Amino acid sequence: MAAKKAAKKKSVKQIKAKSVKKTPKKEMVTVFIMGKVHEVPSEATIMGAIEYAGYQIKRGAGCREGFCGACATVFRLPDDYKIYTGLACTTLVQDGMWLSQLPAIPAQRPVYDINKIEPNVATFQKLYPEVFRCVACNTCTKACPQDLEVMDYIQAAIRGDIEKVMDLSFDCLCCGMCAIRCPAEIVQHNVGLLAKRLYGKYLSKESKQLKKRIKEIKEHKYDKEFKEFIKMKKEALKKKYYERDLE
Amino acid sequence: MYPEYMNESLKKASQSRNKRFELAKSGKPVFPPMSAEEREQVLNKFHPDYKPEARRKIHIGPNKGEKLTTEVVDILESHSRIKPELFDLTRPDYETDILIIGGGGAGCAAAIIAMENGAKSIISTKLRLGDANSMMSQGGMQAAVTPQDSPTRHYLDAIGGGHFDNKSELVRVLTEDGPEVVKWLENMGVVWDKNEDGSLQVLHGGGTSRKRMHSCRDYTGAIIMRTLMDVVRNNQDKITVLEFMPIIELILDNKGQCGGGILYNLETEEYFTVKAKTTIISTGGYGRLHIRGYDTTNHYGATGDGLVIAYRAGAKLLYMDSVQYHPTGSVFPEQIAGFLITEKIRGAGGQPLNKLGELFVFPREPRDVESSAFIRECLERNNGIETPSGRLGVWLDSPLIEMLQGEGYINKNFPAMHRQFIRYAIDITKEPMLVYPSLHYQNGGIEINEKCETNIPGLYVAGEASGGVHGRNRLMGNSVLDYNVFGRRAGKCAAEYVKSVKLGPLTLEHVSNYENELKRAKIKTDLIAPVLLPSYTPEDVKKRQLTARYEGTLR
Repeated sequence: MAAKKAAKKKSVKQIKAKSVKKTPKKEMVTVFIMGKVHEVPSEATIMGAIEYAGYQIKRGAGCREGFCGACATVFRLPDDYKIYTGLACTTLVQDGMWLSQLPAIPAQRPVYDINKIEPNVATFQKLYPEVFRCVACNTCTKACPQDLEVMDYIQAAIRGDIEKVMDLSFDCLCCGMCAIRCPAEIVQHNVGLLAKRLYGKYLSKESKQLKKRIKEIKEHKYDKEFKEFIKMKKEALKKKYYERDLE
Repeated sequence: MYPEYMNESLKKASQSRNKRFELAKSGKPVFPPMSAEEREQVLNKFHPDYKPEARRKIHIGPNKGEKLTTEVVDILESHSRIKPELFDLTRPDYETDILIIGGGGAGCAAAIIAMENGAKSIISTKLRLGDANSMMSQGGMQAAVTPQDSPTRHYLDAIGGGHFDNKSELVRVLTEDGPEVVKWLENMGVVWDKNEDGSLQVLHGGGTSRKRMHSCRDYTGAIIMRTLMDVVRNNQDKITVLEFMPIIELILDNKGQCGGGILYNLETEEYFTVKAKTTIISTGGYGRLHIRGYDTTNHYGATGDGLVIAYRAGAKLLYMDSVQYHPTGSVFPEQIAGFLITEKIRGAGGQPLNKLGELFVFPREPRDVESSAFIRECLERNNGIETPSGRLGVWLDSPLIEMLQGEGYINKNFPAMHRQFIRYAIDITKEPMLVYPSLHYQNGGIEINEKCETNIPGLYVAGEASGGVHGRNRLMGNSVLDYNVFGRRAGKCAAEYVKSVKLGPLTLEHVSNYENELKRAKIKTDLIAPVLLPSYTPEDVKKRQLTARYEGTLR
């Protein structure tokens, strides 16, 4: 192990010598951005490193906080056979990391009308038949930057357990890394999205109070008070505001 | 993991926790809320907007002579990207009923409702569909649904939070459409947090007098945005989506009606013309302008583009002197500086503490007041905690939530927040977060009425790009509601307008006129706007970018 590490350090150093020097303020590491070598701060995220190196990102940055899935990135590490996946905005660089962003991910999604489909397994069979090719290899789960149990929700879809798919895929960012790695060519994130919509529309228990409130508004229950408030002078409204009770 | 030197302060926070828990459980206010005078005082002295250099006078355009946020004046007093005379507007590259500029929540909602009302649309968006602040809202959406609540109460909260500057007819529409929006979203498949009996779960937000925050765990925006996008994508015959194709100028006709816009392909650097019977601006806000040098919670494309193109075309802006700083932006670790920490944390009982472990402000004041109180605690009272890189912050005590709401509550209700910090070995169920105000929201914008109309016929605006709904300070959960309420309204009214409008010959004369106005006012600037994307290129790289002239796609 120690020998391996030493070898890694040496190779990185050799490449460093060839690169143009920057004045390092912090501790630096060497990364390969799409094959090109750069020295970047050791505490940078992948996105921070790409920008530090001087790239103006067009594709590959969105919310920058781990919600939108725009910055899917694949990388390898020295002396390690594995390919890793991560979001550029939340994954930290490591010395010797070789990385490439995926500017867009091709993924099939059939066109459907949510009002004309039913919340059952037949819907998955019709819209995403490839789901049933799942070989339970768990590659999708390993690829998920959110650490979701992706394979488990695909298995739940096969059983028609929509609530389970909704629950397990709730935090999905649709980055598509599962889909790009899946040997059965399933588009997991779109399956999850369909399940959430089916659950929200058909299976979530209805709120009676919501229905009642909408009816009250339609019947103009609040018109009079609204008109009073709108007519009120600022001082009177202010008084009312500061005197209101808190729940 | 927090550095060792913070341990003493962390210990104080944990020592005071039991006592604070007892008080919170008793139902009494955990800290006295501020009076009107106290609010005014802390705002005047500590809110970044009130610093003299925060605003400057604008010399041209519809708001000429007014004092606006300095960075906003910078992008408004700027050159166009194009030479108008190079464009042939008689043969447009695209034609449609409605041009929707911006593919966030408001834009998608508008497209869906316009479609239902018989109008076809093009959504032009700078990044991908859904790359918007809408995707990032965590905490929730306000709507007055519970029996003890009412739309008029919601009205009172919103207008008081906005310092009574809000346009009252807009606030009425916002609050009265709320419950309907909850239902509309659920009908499309949004999964709201609910109780066993189907009733909607609600929490407090800053400045709310009733619990009315509806949520989808802490992925509220992501769930709503992806649902709206899915509907848009299921209707490709009626809604055309053009990604990485921002609109960089509006087109008017010879009668001054809005007749479309100029598209810019970010990748091929080509320009295209769109002729549209009517246009909706839903471009969102401006966090990436980093006003006053603040970190921001905003997405990559939030550069205020809609303001610039609308202003050049003659649209009036309202309250563009007012910026919202979210009280709880993250300050540690460095990698997530500025990231949003949802107000829902305080809605669920989380408390801000100073370095002595003491609560120093009512945790749910309106955002500008709460932010100013944080700044006062750090700068005047010297009770902030300093990070290794020199940022200041106060604690946001999340472990208290687990005591109040039960163990496991954070994992279930704040998965995004938990995930954000555990990557850096900070477990927010056991340790507090370190926070400071972060640039969050454009309170003002292009002035609209309750039909989303502007002073330019045929130009509609919805969402954060608009001004007037929130006065000079927006409450939590009212922006998600805003983009839905006004996105829907813009879609409906624009679809109606399409039926009767007759466009004359198209022109870009307003762009040339604006350039002349710049000259006459003797404004010297190199700035070209819309800004489109912020630059985070380090100075030493910039120094080597020495191309003398831009030639095609190669600098």
